[in-house]
Amino acid sequence: MNDSSRPVWPRLQKLLLNGLWYVVVTLLALAVMVPFIWMLVTSLKGQNEVFAYPPTWIPQQPQWQNYLEVWKQAPFGRYFLNSTIVALAVTFGQLTSCVLAAFAFARMNFKGKNFMFLIFLSTTMISSQVTLVPTYLIMRSFNWIDHYQALIVPFLANAFGVFMIRQSFRAIPRELEEAAKLDGCGRFRFLVQILLPLCKPILASQALFAFMGNWNSYLWPLIVTNRDSMRTLQIGLRYFVSSEGGTQWGLYMAAAVVVSLPVILVYFLVQKTFVESMVSTGLKDI
Amino acid sequence: MRKNGKPGGNSGVPRNRWWRRWGEETTSAYLFLLPSLVIFIVFTFFPAIYSVIVSLFRWNMPMKPAFVGFENYIYLFTDAIEAPIFWRSFLNTFYFAIGVPINLFASLMIALLLNRRLRGVGFFRTTFFLPAITSMAAVSVVWLWLFHPSQYGLFNSLLIDLGLPIQRWLRDPVLAMPCLIAIGVWYGMGYNIIIFLAGLQSIPQTYYEAARIDGAGQVSLFRHITWPLLGPTLFYVLSVGMINSLKAFTEIDVMTQGGPLNATTTLAYYLYQNAFQFFQMGKASAVAVLLFIMLFLLTWIQFRFIDRKVYYE
Repeated sequence: MNDSSRPVWPRLQKLLLNGLWYVVVTLLALAVMVPFIWMLVTSLKGQNEVFAYPPTWIPQQPQWQNYLEVWKQAPFGRYFLNSTIVALAVTFGQLTSCVLAAFAFARMNFKGKNFMFLIFLSTTMISSQVTLVPTYLIMRSFNWIDHYQALIVPFLANAFGVFMIRQSFRAIPRELEEAAKLDGCGRFRFLVQILLPLCKPILASQALFAFMGNWNSYLWPLIVTNRDSMRTLQIGLRYFVSSEGGTQWGLYMAAAVVVSLPVILVYFLVQKTFVESMVSTGLKDI
Repeated sequence: MRKNGKPGGNSGVPRNRWWRRWGEETTSAYLFLLPSLVIFIVFTFFPAIYSVIVSLFRWNMPMKPAFVGFENYIYLFTDAIEAPIFWRSFLNTFYFAIGVPINLFASLMIALLLNRRLRGVGFFRTTFFLPAITSMAAVSVVWLWLFHPSQYGLFNSLLIDLGLPIQRWLRDPVLAMPCLIAIGVWYGMGYNIIIFLAGLQSIPQTYYEAARIDGAGQVSLFRHITWPLLGPTLFYVLSVGMINSLKAFTEIDVMTQGGPLNATTTLAYYLYQNAFQFFQMGKASAVAVLLFIMLFLLTWIQFRFIDRKVYYE
């Protein structure tokens, strides 16, 4: 146990191994980061530097105005607004429906509880890809194409969210509820004023998931929006590709940075909760 | 749990009141479930059934649907022009899924590397996780530029430095799919690494200590402790990966649109093309039903192993 009593060789070996570890992990991390680095580097280049050979790793004349130009190009501001509205609405709506259902499953006894649970569970078996065509047809018959409802309403329920929140509701001791009841606290008030504040971490991470999933979603907005004014950011990115081959890569990359930044920022703010819930929730898709 | 903690004063409640109370609780419970239930019925269950029904119709969008029985399926499987494209996308789906075991292997290796207490390990974990939270559309745009078929693309400029001929990458029928697979591995690794790290950290250290005392080396520690105890996690990651792989769409749409020469058309993309480019809703629904069967089998397997995972912890 005593360090000084150990021979020099194993300690040296340990030092070398740690050094090697840092070298290997740093190289791997760099390899993973290359696309991000290249995205940032290109986003600061003008068109003539983009098409310069050999490519430069440090922009000769950083074009910070690319980031301003992005907003002037087409309705990029509108796309940003649409994405924000939709993602926030889905997050709040989904959280509300999940909390209510989770409360029923965690804290109430009712007829058909097991059957209902099975119903909820089975929704996770039906993936969005499979219901794509009929859901689109429903949207058309509702006249919801090119409206916010089409982007928001189908995502206002999430069985995984219900299971996660239910789990954390169940962890709150039942005595608390009995005590609240004796003090004349109704069921709904108990949920809102006592249970929810106690379950903040899980609510925060579920909110993040909903926000992230919706902000990043691509296929659904692509299908249910046609007008430029209703497109979201992810679809708006296509605007920067020119079919003639004169794509402005500098601007395109700046736009990609703008599109990915909100979620990355949120991630760094709440990293710990985020990763924990990622592990417990398992698969996640929209 | 049901009879616990009932205050003594309540035991004398008359029977009929108890029933009424129970009824009230059931009613409120369903009110609590209602918002979710409505959404699930309208946007999940009904579409799932509707999908099967539409698949039995010929429905080329501006025209009215006409019942044709299983014709759409037969058409997909046997038609001289359509069947080769269908089977090609079917095979492409599995070709694309090769990325899943590659991803699994790479993430496990990196997770093993990161599973130690050294300074800065948190920073590296964040780094590897970064792609997973970035939007696939934005990331695809970047890869499109990295794989640019001219000398200005970063990868081609590296090839030139090495004295190799430049490639057309995503525009090359042979290379396009391997490129997509590589991007998929890069994108999905972060998530798997996190899951593996959680799995590795849940293995009690005492097992390793005991084995070391018995003189086990690093390799046999991995073979006899880490690998078997990580089994459920591994299987879980594998099936989630398969499901996501079967559903891949964004990267294909942004980077290749299924081309060149259908080299990257997977079933999911084929479905999209039929429905929203050719407006053949019946045929697209038939593809959806087939996709559903495949996804259902995978999800079912996955749930069995989630159960096992929970049990084993």
